Amino acid sequence: MSDWVEACAAGDIDEEDVMRFDHAGRTYAIYRSPDDEYFATDGLCSHEKVHLADGLVMDDTIECPKHNGRFNYKTGDARGAPVCVNLKTYPVKVDAGKVLIQVG
Amino acid sequence: MTAITSPALSGRDYSLTGRDAKLAIENGLSAAEWYHTDIPRKQMKELMQRSDQPAIRDTIIWLGALILSGAGSAWFWDSWWCVPFFFVYGTLYGSSTDSRWHECGHGTAFRTQWMNDAVYQLACFMIMRNPVTWRWSHTRHHTDTVIVGRDPEIAVMRPPDLVRVVLNFFGVLDAWHAMVDMVRNAAGVISAAEKTFIPEQEQPKAIRVARIWLAIYVATIALALYLHSWLPLMLVGLPRLYGAWHHVMTGLLQHGGLADNVIDHRLNSRTVLINPISRFIYWNMNYHVEHHMFPMVPYHALPKLHEMIKHDLPAPTPSILAGYREMIPTFLRQLRNEDYFIKRELPPTAKPYREELHSDNPVAAAAE
Repeated sequence: MSDWVEACAAGDIDEEDVMRFDHAGRTYAIYRSPDDEYFATDGLCSHEKVHLADGLVMDDTIECPKHNGRFNYKTGDARGAPVCVNLKTYPVKVDAGKVLIQVG
Repeated sequence: MTAITSPALSGRDYSLTGRDAKLAIENGLSAAEWYHTDIPRKQMKELMQRSDQPAIRDTIIWLGALILSGAGSAWFWDSWWCVPFFFVYGTLYGSSTDSRWHECGHGTAFRTQWMNDAVYQLACFMIMRNPVTWRWSHTRHHTDTVIVGRDPEIAVMRPPDLVRVVLNFFGVLDAWHAMVDMVRNAAGVISAAEKTFIPEQEQPKAIRVARIWLAIYVATIALALYLHSWLPLMLVGLPRLYGAWHHVMTGLLQHGGLADNVIDHRLNSRTVLINPISRFIYWNMNYHVEHHMFPMVPYHALPKLHEMIKHDLPAPTPSILAGYREMIPTFLRQLRNEDYFIKRELPPTAKPYREELHSDNPVAAAAE
């Protein structure tokens, strides 16, 4: 059974933005959508292992800061060159003002 | 600025499958972590914001000027009055497409992706760069900027081939190689070098585009033969030659004469202050240090980014002429000593770069 881990406070992430979260030797990206929903993916771009938390969130897309590769952060789908491999996504919930992600 | 000699490995091997390619990977120069000026996230987000409006405005002006100058060229075809029209048309066709290809390839020019894709495809055709091959080569250029054996887009290798440089002001060698590559790709052949940076699943797309382009050029030549006139070729294809001068003039300034095998864009890239017309043609890529450090920032926000981080960058080169005044003597000296280069000086307000990059073995030092 995977654990729910507290990543941050809900207010730590601006709307339509992303934040880095490191846990147990892994790095994740936590997103807050324009609709005030939260999502989580692997924190590194599947192309060249750059931190996505330095990238740009537009609608449901995260753009990698290095080569502008784009993913749908809600589904993890890669949206074309130069990214070809999807991101892994993780369940997220907000409980008592805390953002929790289910890792593992 | 000072120019210094670095006793790097003698005899650079620029092959993407050669000795220096392997060395760069072994030494950690490839896919390294590059220096970035610190910018608060809030300001960075503002700089990265996308907008359709500036690029739509610029594209309407660009396409309008192309159509008008092309029409004028055809209208005055039988007189010398066609020359100024061809000058404008050729510069727009053979030079401004370099920056349109570039910015739309990054996906930063427009907020709306299909607009980036449409201008990217059109610009790629005019500048004769296969949209698949060059998307991937440019990705590598950003990963391994001016890393010998890794960067496929080094415009002036050491020692410089000055004949090639001069010929490319008229697009001669670039267009020739582009045609050879197009025919080879159209025949279904992807070269060994191309295979090092184009993923296998993308290679059929490069072949498909090459076949479409080949058909367009064959149709243009057929029309020229049918009309017994050079005019179709003067409007499609040849402008890549007679209009190349501006993109070569500005493109050489990007990295020419500066350090190689370093992982700090302040050392290997050049920001140049240029006139507004050239900035329109070049879409602000004269802010080249800024672009490489933060490729997410759209062209229209680069002047603002420059103002924000200039305390941490070398002083910008004040003009195109000043750039050539430092580059040309460096190229000439590199004919005798290929390890000679221009070392950028940082202002006292800048974070220092790693001096060990210029010690006895810059490759090894950079990998530490």
